[in-house]
Amino acid sequence: MSLPLRPQPCLEVRQLSVSYDRRCVIDAVSTVMHRSRITAIVGPSGCGKSTFLSCLNRLSDLTPGCRLSGSIRLDGDDILSARTDLIRLRRRVGAIAQRPNPFPLSIRRNITMPLEHHGLRHRDRREAVLERVLRRVGLWREVRGRLDQPALALSGGQQQRLCLARALALEPEVLLLDEPCSALDPVASGVVEDLIASLRGATTQVIVTHNLAQARRLADDLIVFWTDEGRGTIVEQGPADAVFTSPQSAITAAYLSGSRG
Amino acid sequence: MDRRPWPDGLAAALAWGVAMGITAVFGLVLADLLRHGLPEISLGFLLEAPREAGRAGGIGPVIVSTLLILAVCLLTSLPIALATAVLLAEFSHGRSGFARLIRASLDGLAGVPSIVFGLFGNALFSLALGLGFSILSGGLTLACMVLPILIRSAEQALREVPSDYRRAAAALGISQAASLRQVLLPCAAPGLAIGVVLGIGRALAETAALLFTSGYVDRLPGSLLDSGRALSVHIYDLAMNVPGGEARAYATAVVLVVLLLVANALTLGIAELWRLDGGTSR
Ligand SMILES: Nc1ncnc2c1ncn2[C@@H]1O[C@H](COP(=O)(O)OP(=O)(O)OP(=O)(O)O)[C@@H](O)[C@H]1O
Ligand SMILES: [Mg+2]
Repeated sequence: MSLPLRPQPCLEVRQLSVSYDRRCVIDAVSTVMHRSRITAIVGPSGCGKSTFLSCLNRLSDLTPGCRLSGSIRLDGDDILSARTDLIRLRRRVGAIAQRPNPFPLSIRRNITMPLEHHGLRHRDRREAVLERVLRRVGLWREVRGRLDQPALALSGGQQQRLCLARALALEPEVLLLDEPCSALDPVASGVVEDLIASLRGATTQVIVTHNLAQARRLADDLIVFWTDEGRGTIVEQGPADAVFTSPQSAITAAYLSGSRG
Repeated sequence: MDRRPWPDGLAAALAWGVAMGITAVFGLVLADLLRHGLPEISLGFLLEAPREAGRAGGIGPVIVSTLLILAVCLLTSLPIALATAVLLAEFSHGRSGFARLIRASLDGLAGVPSIVFGLFGNALFSLALGLGFSILSGGLTLACMVLPILIRSAEQALREVPSDYRRAAAALGISQAASLRQVLLPCAAPGLAIGVVLGIGRALAETAALLFTSGYVDRLPGSLLDSGRALSVHIYDLAMNVPGGEARAYATAVVLVVLLLVANALTLGIAELWRLDGGTSR
């Protein structure tokens, strides 16, 4: 896959601070995620990775008591402004939650219901998308015979891949993945990893992972979060190769070599 | 042998005793009803109009009036209750002063004795709005009476839907209205149904509030603006005012209980269909 020589910014975060009920959990972070590349976010538990991700599609709005300041620009427009059309934003920026959260509907409806909602009127076209995305996440052969069964009857790993398929069906420009493989066995994890790699060049992806080997395999850019007395900050960021081979800060060096965090 | 220490054994025995006692009382009431009431029930009793103040004839018009009053009550209270519950559970974050005010008034209303609702309904619907003694007045009064139960139980049912579903829907760019319709309400359907069952129970059992609003005319109502006698009012009248009416009062009570059970079964059935429908339709 050939990448554009000079990476173009897609999401630009400036001085973003987040607090829950006035408790600051992310403290003035600034970073850039580049178009069509894979940005991995790593860091110890509780340093605000999921919180950071939830700001990028304004899902943070749903958490009572969550306050944001700073700016996040998607293609130049500040998505934190009150005028942002949230439906359009979330259609452009898809997301996979840390815990699989399929709807308590059938497998089929999990994918066709959002499509219908976004105006795909033709039943045949919806069915075509259904098959295409289920194949992409390697679920088609497992569920083709029971598409009308409840999605909640699937295993955790299958549910997570269903959620991924559901997000892909809307063809988002940006995909936010919060530990997408943490509930998966090595085989399913490999399928998802290949899928993420195959979207490189087409979709801007931001992936949170605790798996450093996976970050090394997938990431074009790397962001290392750290927590300083409960306040999440970015200690290091840049092209993944550079950060992995010659980290600037001692914390990062220790964390990436596996001796801390 | 694992003999329990005596305080535990005593508590268990007490709990069992109380449970058995309650069941026994319920069984006795039911047996008593059936023993006195069943012999009086026939097709004629269900279809004919009452004669001789209810000592002869049947309860046909009374059943019709009861169903009409219940229909008016549910058709007006359900939409209002659902809308209010959605507002409280989905749009207010439960923290605003407005939501607190609504909740406080509802809890207040739930504790008001039904006779007060009767007087209120009489003053508002029968007199001020000019609906007189009518099915409409009675149904609307009952609607006011069951609203607090319906709203609080619907709010509870919505709150019990995991917030993961709300986040999943929002993350897919699905509007709040659509996510309510497609996911949250079907999910909450069993809980909503429990509220409706409680509401129907309260409405069908109500006598005091109806005496002043729908009245006690036992003819078949020609329209919603006619007075109509509800089953509970009929039972009250037979038992208190009509010498020799006891047997008929029992028979009417059996019909009331059967009606209640049928209404409950229907409600739960519809809710189950609704829940499943979210998953498979289209
Ligand atoms: N809804 C919430 N209300 C209050 N505090 C929260 C909420 N969600 C997260 N937090 C707090 O914010 C901080 C960051 O949490 P977050 O979930 O973003 O961490 P994380 O880096 O994703 O951790 P993990 O790797 O374990 O998933 C934590 O201290 C957490 O307790
Ligand atoms: Mg997390």
